[in-house]
Amino acid sequence: MLDKNKFRIVGCSDADADVINRPNITYWGDAWRRLKKNPIAMASLIFLIIMIFMCVFGPYLTPHKYDTQNYDILDKTPFGNHYFGTDNLGRDLFARTWMGGRVSLYIGFAGTLIEILIGCLYGGICGYFGGKIDMFMMRVIEVLTSIPYTIVIILLLIVLPPGINTLIFAMCIIGWVGIARLVRGQVMQLKTSEYVMAAQALGASSSRIIIKHLIPNTIGIIIVYMSMDVPAFIFEEAFLSFLGLGVQAPNTSWGALVFAGQGVMANHVHELIFPCVAICLTVLAFNLLGDGLRDALDPKLRQ
Amino acid sequence: MEKLLDVKNLKVSYHTYAGEVQSVRGVDFYMKNGETLAIVGESGCGKSVTAKSLMRLIQTPPGEIKEGSQILLDGKDVLKMNETELRELRGGDVSMVFQDPMTSLNPTMNIGKQIAETLIIHRGMSKSEAFEEAVKMLKLVNIPNAEKRAKQYPHEFSGGMRQRAMIAIALACQPKLLIADEPTTALDVTIQAQIMDLMKDLQDKLGTAVILITHDLGVVADFADRIQVMYSGLIIERGTVTEIFDNPQHPYTWALLQSVPRLDTAHKDTLYSIKGTPPDLLNPPVGCPFAARCDFAMDICKEAMPEYTSLSDTHGVHCWLQHPYAPKVERPIGNGGAANGTR
Amino acid sequence: MAQDKVLIEVKNLKKYFKVGPNATLKAVDDVSFNLMKGETLGLVGESGCGKTTCGRTVMGLYPASGGQVLYNGQDIHKLHGKAKKDFTRKAQIIFQDPYASLNPRMTVGNIIGEGIDIHNLYTGQEKIDRIYKLLELVGLNKEHASRFPHEFSGGQRQRIGIARALAIEPEFIVCDEPISALDVSIQAQVVNLLIKLQRELGLTYLFIAHDLSMVKHISDRVGVMYLGTMVELASSKDLYAEPLHPYTQALLSAIPVPDVNIAKTRQRIMLEGEVPSPINPKPGCRFAPRCKYAKAACLEQIPELKEVKPGHFVACHIVK
Repeated sequence: MLDKNKFRIVGCSDADADVINRPNITYWGDAWRRLKKNPIAMASLIFLIIMIFMCVFGPYLTPHKYDTQNYDILDKTPFGNHYFGTDNLGRDLFARTWMGGRVSLYIGFAGTLIEILIGCLYGGICGYFGGKIDMFMMRVIEVLTSIPYTIVIILLLIVLPPGINTLIFAMCIIGWVGIARLVRGQVMQLKTSEYVMAAQALGASSSRIIIKHLIPNTIGIIIVYMSMDVPAFIFEEAFLSFLGLGVQAPNTSWGALVFAGQGVMANHVHELIFPCVAICLTVLAFNLLGDGLRDALDPKLRQ
Repeated sequence: MEKLLDVKNLKVSYHTYAGEVQSVRGVDFYMKNGETLAIVGESGCGKSVTAKSLMRLIQTPPGEIKEGSQILLDGKDVLKMNETELRELRGGDVSMVFQDPMTSLNPTMNIGKQIAETLIIHRGMSKSEAFEEAVKMLKLVNIPNAEKRAKQYPHEFSGGMRQRAMIAIALACQPKLLIADEPTTALDVTIQAQIMDLMKDLQDKLGTAVILITHDLGVVADFADRIQVMYSGLIIERGTVTEIFDNPQHPYTWALLQSVPRLDTAHKDTLYSIKGTPPDLLNPPVGCPFAARCDFAMDICKEAMPEYTSLSDTHGVHCWLQHPYAPKVERPIGNGGAANGTR
Repeated sequence: MAQDKVLIEVKNLKKYFKVGPNATLKAVDDVSFNLMKGETLGLVGESGCGKTTCGRTVMGLYPASGGQVLYNGQDIHKLHGKAKKDFTRKAQIIFQDPYASLNPRMTVGNIIGEGIDIHNLYTGQEKIDRIYKLLELVGLNKEHASRFPHEFSGGQRQRIGIARALAIEPEFIVCDEPISALDVSIQAQVVNLLIKLQRELGLTYLFIAHDLSMVKHISDRVGVMYLGTMVELASSKDLYAEPLHPYTQALLSAIPVPDVNIAKTRQRIMLEGEVPSPINPKPGCRFAPRCKYAKAACLEQIPELKEVKPGHFVACHIVK
């Protein structure tokens, strides 16, 4: 039997009306949650973290230095505490692989960062201002892309003093064009958003709009691009090493190690395999992570 | 009574990061051949999800049509159909017109082909036969220069014309049931009137039953036979169009009727509005879902879901105000809405 | 109501867009009207009539292609630098799409506070207090300030947009179809809020919409636009009681009515055909191709907006 007393009219209060029950979740929080659900992306992420760890600390895990030559143990397959064996000058390949990794990853990250900074700025200005500025700047880009990329790099490396930073400089000189185009496209699209118009209506300056409104909404794309660009740099460096233009001795990189290894591949395949596997797995992991990031950061796929 | 559509205890949930959102929480209704049913309610009340379930257009996962739900179309259980039967159903027996015609039409196919597509699939016509029939359909929906228009692409059509094209696609195979999900919400008032007249006209000609989903009661008065008011995943009142407009019983229905401004509303007077927003279906309230926004809420309303009170063969309501213990309440007389009714 | 003072004078305003080598989209083509302080001027018309473009040009968001918009005697499109920035404090806008008009990466508090930052109105705790007050003014509460737009419903987002516009204390707000994207029951909430704010803060509104019943409710005067031209302008009472322009008559008869008896018995004026394109429009009255009263003169010369009764303006060759 129902209680008669409960049938008196009490109405409702304003406070009940507008409550939000769901947990607060930011864009990054949601992206991270989605990424976590992707086992391949998470495996790649973990692998890369391990890789970076090894590149930093790996050389300390072995008593041998990367550049100590020892003519007694030339070209030996893995034995004792030479976990990866030795190369044609008796140097420990384990230490060399990780030292090479440092250089390759450094080139990858530094190059990517520089490209992104230049590309974002350039693409952002083109996309936001449009009109004649855009027309002129895009023509510059078109001229740059019509020049064979590899030839430019080779010429620069011949002319300029050798070194890792020169290498990065040469690789970046044209590479930023890709990200510039991407950012320009995204900015042009976002420029017409109503929230940008609202900011303009409030009197916001162009720099404020670009920094506070346009770039934060572009970062998703930039991050995905970064994860694809790093492996591209590593690959490019390896390719240049094959031409003998890559990192020079005494420094070494994965690319240089592969180049050295492929020379003696017939007899001492271990010298090729370790750096090769390092490059392949790292590049694969970056690409898989990039795919996962793209899915996680895509606003249309949010639940 | 021959029922074209019989829905029993339909429950649909979506599994999201925050938990299970119960979009539809137990909906029963039926339809007869050739009649028009309007499902009215605010955004998020579950009306679109209900409509999509009728054709099993719910993506599972993350959606889920729960055990115990039953949807019978001409006696056949839609929820137990296999892929082949479903493909025959969609477009053949039941078809749908969506809210935004721009995104529901394929931008890379000309309109004639899009209409013809459904004819080829369901009627087994040849391409040329189907295209001829498509042109006839375009004429039926009052698109001038039908032969020329059939070869054009969606972007060359205006909003109202695209919606007509959508209707042509939906009715090409003369389905028994047409579901129109907010078909005129994105259109201007004059075009809205044209489209609603068109639909009424076609319904008379082809004898199709129509489910009209909308949040605007103005559109319903002229078009529907029966109305169902949905709130928070449940049907809280149902009746014929006269019963609902002349003698509405649920405070939410009163509120909906009063929110529509009429030309005779006093200038700049406060419009009746329902404060707040509908409850989050992640944790649906235990009692009546409208209690938190209802001016006539009682303690019992917050504790238990009201039973169904049948006021006539066709008119029924879920509300504690119908209970003999409840005080007699006059429907608020105010600006807007139809002639007021009292109990 | 202090309606004697003219706040904004719009004189022969034109806004054209170049859409091709020989094609000009004449979105707003020679529109003139005055906006009085404290009033609500409604602007109605179908999609493509130019009302949104007109509203945005009048508050300075788009540059004008011709004509003038005068505020305190100054042409707002000729302002630069600080004067221009100061004007943005006077005129604000509320957008139609509650889902696109808020930056998804910013918290609600930051969205509302942006105007305060740009004009250096308050800092620190004062700024936070002001943001909370604005949230309460629109019927939300303090807890909402740290949330993101995607956590709110359409009606709530629209209210956040209103709070953002109010943050810098404008005199004049262009409401660009603020309720079209909302459910009917929520529309009433937003309209009530706008009316209340107008009373409390002495605001002037240019209310753009295609829902004629809402426009009548909130507006003191209403202007009807068709393809970039103003065809009728009158007090809302006069316009709805006695529409003079054939287009206005057709528009009013198409309003859906939530009353079974009226709906089934009324006579509707059906407009034939679709709205033609505003690109390279033909000379003469824009409505003539669809008007059942059209004469030869209508196709040759575009009619001027003339006062045919006190306060009631019509642009039509037929109406005397």
